Amino acid sequence: MVAAIKQPGWIRGLLGTILAAAFGVGLVVVLRDISGLPIWQTEQTGYPHVVVPLITGPLGFLAGFGCFDYWLRWAAGMPTIPDDHSQHGAKSWKDYFRFNTDHKVIGIQYICTTFFFFFVGGLMAMLIRAELAQPGTQIVDAATYNSLFSTHAVLMIFVFVIPVFAGIANYVLPLMIGAPDMAFPRLNALSFWMLPLAGLLFIGSFLAPGGAFDAGWTGYAPLSTGAPLGQSFFNLGVQFAGASSIATALNFLVTIITMRAPGMTFWRMPLLVWANLSTSLLVVAATPFIAGAQFMVLLDRVLHTQFFQFAGGGDVISYQHIFWFYSHPAVYIMMLPGFGIISEVISTHARKPIFGYRLMALALIGIVVLSYSVWAHHMFVAGMFSWLRVPMMITTLLIAVPTGIKIFSWLGTLYFGKIHTYSTAMLFALAFIVTFTIGGISGVMLGMVPIDIHVSDTYFIVAHIHFVLFGGSVFTIFAGIYHWFPKITGRMYDEKLGRVHFWGTLVGTWGTFIPMHWIGMDGMPRRVADYATQFGDWNLLISICAFFLGACQLVFLYNMVVSWRFGPRAVANPWRANSIEWQVSSPPPIFNFDEIPRVVGGPYEYGVPGARHAIMAGEGAEVAKPEPAVVGQT
Amino acid sequence: MYGRLPIAKMLAATVALTAAISAVMLSINWDGEAASTAAPKIDDLLNVMIVLSAFVFSLVMVMLFYALWKFKAKPGDESDGEPIHGNTRLEVAWTLIPTIIVLFGAGYSWSVLNDIEEPASNALTVDVFSQQYAWSFGYPGKGNAYVQGEFHVPVNRQVQFKMHSQDVIHSFWVPEWRIKKDNVPGITTTATVTPDKVGTYQLICTELCGFGHASMRAKVVVERPADFRKWVAGLTEKVPAPYMESIRQDTETNPVEPLGTGGA
Repeated sequence: MVAAIKQPGWIRGLLGTILAAAFGVGLVVVLRDISGLPIWQTEQTGYPHVVVPLITGPLGFLAGFGCFDYWLRWAAGMPTIPDDHSQHGAKSWKDYFRFNTDHKVIGIQYICTTFFFFFVGGLMAMLIRAELAQPGTQIVDAATYNSLFSTHAVLMIFVFVIPVFAGIANYVLPLMIGAPDMAFPRLNALSFWMLPLAGLLFIGSFLAPGGAFDAGWTGYAPLSTGAPLGQSFFNLGVQFAGASSIATALNFLVTIITMRAPGMTFWRMPLLVWANLSTSLLVVAATPFIAGAQFMVLLDRVLHTQFFQFAGGGDVISYQHIFWFYSHPAVYIMMLPGFGIISEVISTHARKPIFGYRLMALALIGIVVLSYSVWAHHMFVAGMFSWLRVPMMITTLLIAVPTGIKIFSWLGTLYFGKIHTYSTAMLFALAFIVTFTIGGISGVMLGMVPIDIHVSDTYFIVAHIHFVLFGGSVFTIFAGIYHWFPKITGRMYDEKLGRVHFWGTLVGTWGTFIPMHWIGMDGMPRRVADYATQFGDWNLLISICAFFLGACQLVFLYNMVVSWRFGPRAVANPWRANSIEWQVSSPPPIFNFDEIPRVVGGPYEYGVPGARHAIMAGEGAEVAKPEPAVVGQT
Repeated sequence: MYGRLPIAKMLAATVALTAAISAVMLSINWDGEAASTAAPKIDDLLNVMIVLSAFVFSLVMVMLFYALWKFKAKPGDESDGEPIHGNTRLEVAWTLIPTIIVLFGAGYSWSVLNDIEEPASNALTVDVFSQQYAWSFGYPGKGNAYVQGEFHVPVNRQVQFKMHSQDVIHSFWVPEWRIKKDNVPGITTTATVTPDKVGTYQLICTELCGFGHASMRAKVVVERPADFRKWVAGLTEKVPAPYMESIRQDTETNPVEPLGTGGA
């Protein structure tokens, strides 16, 4: 028992949680006592006795679990335990529930955790659609409905789409650039373990008196500042998810900039690496804004500051400016890594170099820069300065240009190729081009102020965000999961089930989200549990399609679980791809490479006679001299 | 090398598909009934965008499905495609042409925006008060006559809505007018509309404001000026004191208008 308490792990983690939470409660009690306030009185929405432990408890868990052991020992002058890497790799499923600094283990931890939240959020979507199948309220009351769609969005955005890309990149990116691990393995593990805490805070808010947070994922003040306790769970969950995101982004930046294999110049990096470089630039600079916005709301709620209280001299609209200054770039945080995945999949399965590789990389950078200048297009009807609308409209429409470049370049990549569609990954990549084009088109329409005035906050918006986030991001996530499944698990998945999942998802997505455009333009507002009877038939159809879409995801889950356990063994390079991760075994050796590979050419040199991307260990003699980088224009 | 592609046939297919999609899409009245002078202008903009979008979508579809049909690998073919790395002229074209299209869209939208927000000298002012979960209205030109849950306006006269929220953000939307504006606590927001069709419509709250959000509606009646004068003269209530206070205290949203794009 004593040994269990001394060892980092779950027992010490739970103990740490309890001690730290108790410390938090004690801190509130003592501070209130010496300030002359009634000790146990709880303000209308403040609940400091709950909020402070919600901050200290998770930190106590992280400390107990072992996330800070190395640093704390060093800081305390104790002998640090040198990493002998004996915990690298996972020998049984139990190893995934430990503090582990191996980027491949962390990648799998990320992917499985985020998909857990994907299915929880998906179940909430099913409940939402069940309620909306008919006008009137049948399944849940209006307040619970508000909690459901808020939590659905928050789970999907903060603990599924954003971190699942971090998970895929965590696994694949160090391999792709020929690095043995990420630059900061301990920080990497800490980043991961903050994520389930964020998810648990979001879901745990259902236990709070007054119900889960219900002001939407946007949490606009002053609705959020006056909301019941559940809102604080959201404010704090975002801090943990955001800190996780920022730390991972810093890790990616340092890894990409400093740990590329010899010969891998920037212009020889696969586009997935470019995409994660761009995404990380967005995350490190933008995420602090949502952290700040949620802290300000929390302070308004708990310490009764007046940031967004007009009666106290605060500015209501400034919340939206700060929030969207993160949350619009966040749209690209949720899309750029997907662009990277699609580039890898399409190039590999079309057996062609990426068309216009440099422009593809530059378009990513263009999106990064432009995405900081478009946030107020979410606020065309918000009552902000009216003169800000036209410049924001122009930048918003211009951001369609680099996005269009990517679409056309993927299409160009297909031409004069040898397109193989046997892989489910390729099917999702091709379908992504179609669905994302539709989502992009509705986005351009939304960027136009007069159209936006009419359709803002209607189902048209719901349709648009799901087309770009589900038809866009989630399709790329599926493409990525299928593509790297053999590499990650060392097994092949079932292509037949993959096809069932693909066609079901495609039909379900279109059936669910296309009619939403129509009812939105025709007058159905978003975020309502009840609606006018004239929209009843369409909503019933949407709900049926949504249930079908939900059911198809169970096929995916079954395929993944069963194939991981019983699938046929995968060879090192089942797709005959060029990039480095495919040149090592599936799954890769514990330290990735026996010898760091030498990069001698571009990543997509399909069809170029004699071209090589990298020379692996022991291969040196075969290639006389390194090829020049052939990534320019023909 | 691109001479090997049937460019003319692909363009023809794109144009044909664009025409087909546009014909179907334009025949549907997406936005529902139009009952203000702004509505047809916004609907026209939407229709122009539908045709442009149909073209872009058709282009992508034709390019995608031609490639899938023509360049699909034969079973067992393990060779690679042709090592084409790009084509500068093509890449410049698909950067510049979309730029021109979106800039055209921006210019067109800007002109529509200026048009629909052009203030008229004889506008009627209506004060809008919102709070969880009810609407009420005042007529400052008619001795601050006050009415709850319903308001009337005369047809063919510009109305300036001055909006005030008492608690959280609400949003004022009459779909048939195509006009929407948030009501924000602490500031006065303004929406301009000229109703041009007599009838009864619904005012819908479109900003999440709590559990009663879905039911926060009000009745909108557009009627002949004589009927309106009779109705407003029959109102007995006056705007209550707290609402008068918010009219005095709420600040305007546009202290400066450097680009002169019209009122908020």
